Amino acid sequence: MSDAKLKRVIIEPVTRVEGHGKVSLLLDEQNQVKQARLHIVEFRGFERFVQGRPFWEVPVLVQRLCGICPVSHHLAAAKAMDRIVGGENLTPTAEKMRRLMHYGQTFQSHVLHFFHLVSPDLLFGFDADPAIRNVIGVAQKFPELAVQGVMMRKYGQEIIKATAGKKIHGTGAIPGGINKNLSIAERDELLKDIDQMVEWARSALKIAKDYTTENLEKIAPFGSFDSNHLSIVRKDGCLDLYDGNLRAIDAEGNKIIDQVDPQDYMEHIAEEVKPWSYMKFPFIKSVGPENGWCRVGPLARINTCDFIDTPEAEKERQEFMALTKGKPNNITMAYHWTRMIETLHSIEKIKELLHDKDLQGTDLVVKGERREETVAIIEAPRGTLYHHYKVDKNDQVTMANLIVSTTSNNEPMNRAVQKVAQDHLSGVEITEGLLNHIEVAIRAYDPCLSCATHAMGKMPLIISLFDHKGNLVDQRAK
Amino acid sequence: MTAKVEKVLLIGYGNPGRLDDGLGPALAEVIEAENIPGVTVDANYQLSVEDAAAVAEHDVVIFADASVNATEPFSFTQIHPKSNTLSFSSHSVEPEAVIALAQELFKADTVGYALGIRGYEFNEFGQKISTQAKENLEKAIEFIVPALRKKIFQ
Repeated sequence: MSDAKLKRVIIEPVTRVEGHGKVSLLLDEQNQVKQARLHIVEFRGFERFVQGRPFWEVPVLVQRLCGICPVSHHLAAAKAMDRIVGGENLTPTAEKMRRLMHYGQTFQSHVLHFFHLVSPDLLFGFDADPAIRNVIGVAQKFPELAVQGVMMRKYGQEIIKATAGKKIHGTGAIPGGINKNLSIAERDELLKDIDQMVEWARSALKIAKDYTTENLEKIAPFGSFDSNHLSIVRKDGCLDLYDGNLRAIDAEGNKIIDQVDPQDYMEHIAEEVKPWSYMKFPFIKSVGPENGWCRVGPLARINTCDFIDTPEAEKERQEFMALTKGKPNNITMAYHWTRMIETLHSIEKIKELLHDKDLQGTDLVVKGERREETVAIIEAPRGTLYHHYKVDKNDQVTMANLIVSTTSNNEPMNRAVQKVAQDHLSGVEITEGLLNHIEVAIRAYDPCLSCATHAMGKMPLIISLFDHKGNLVDQRAK
Repeated sequence: MTAKVEKVLLIGYGNPGRLDDGLGPALAEVIEAENIPGVTVDANYQLSVEDAAAVAEHDVVIFADASVNATEPFSFTQIHPKSNTLSFSSHSVEPEAVIALAQELFKADTVGYALGIRGYEFNEFGQKISTQAKENLEKAIEFIVPALRKKIFQ
């Protein structure tokens, strides 16, 4: 090719990556942190995008919301549309294929977050040079661990491919069921590596657990605060990432709501609008907007459930809960430990499912009484995900409302940032150390700002410090 | 590069639900249909760490992406391993980091190129590539298909 075409350019990433992580800290007259806000510029075009589209297209369309967790949106929309066609009582093959897809998604997402984003903090320390505190640094110093992370992620993607189909056009789940079963060949291919994956999940969990217990004195107060916790649970209180009813508990473990049918979520959950953010703030109505917000995601799920129905993860849950004597754990950094408990749970479930002959069944779709309104709730890797739709008699979507997990964790992330800033801000200067600590606190929640914001651009973290008069006194970006 | 190229991986990435951001997957779809011997095609919303494993199995990898600032109609440039392209809370990685991971983890010497197709409209939901971006895509296809057949990239 000609020299002209070989010109070096920077190809800027576009929409698949999240928007800016912008934090503003407001000081009082004594230069103490009075308020911290994580600003998210929301672009709510999606609900309009699906209006007027036929309902059966929605499980594919919603994957366009987010390149990071398309499977969660695919399954949530499919679950919602099950009710539109009266097919919510899926055949065993359909439900188990969907569950396999979901556990594969959770496994690969948690693994990626842990190995790619979190392990550098844990292995090198919060204050290590950012030049080495990244996945390449891990690859250089801990190559075996880095390979494990890549191969575990790849395994999860293989499960998604076998259950959902193409990465961009996943069509596995359809209203009332699925469009394929798992062939014997696909099953056998996945079974080849399953024991290795279980082993690696155990060792990843051990890293997270040991780090937490060995550094508890430092970690316990880090960005931590008491909160409510919310997730879906099974009817018997068991952890269930795919299906269940809403449960929320307070910081002491008292139930605020329990076994709320997803169809009734609006009776219990509302979304508050705040003047400084385009993003909404969900809260439990009976508690009110001031105190009714909840953490969601792995920490919340392990806190809200009564038990886990896979033996190794249950043993690990008990050990985790023993740390706080059975009370809810409110340590922000404990998200990592719980994320790895769920990783082990997911791979245990995957192994169980791969040995289940129902996956080779041929009864794939059911239909029943038609409905015009539907709600589905699923536990996405990052937390509770709500899909609410209305569909008219012409099969067209007339209303869509989605509450994504990062929206629910909006207030908790603000609290975490405020706590860290109060503990680590010295004077009126944003130091590299403060930047690192705020980054670590936000990262614990594994926020997905791309589906929360629908925004374009890369994801630098920008922190601005304002004095009590509102003047900008310092700013730092990474 | 002087070594004989036998296996090429083309990854077209982007979000087809965000207008011109779908240029990468659209190119991948066309190349896949060409069924060129020795060329493997993949498409995804974004690049991720596990792509390093696939990259390591090939002599050459081409990352095809929509670009907001490439020279019109497209740019094609060799990329080199780089580790500091990571953002603080993203599950995706940049092409340079994928190459770096393939090198570090799998001792691969895969040569990487970025094919940046100029796009114009990104900031809405919609499954439609703009007219100008479509023209750029056509020109990128005219350039890359013969290169893939010959396995010569410079």
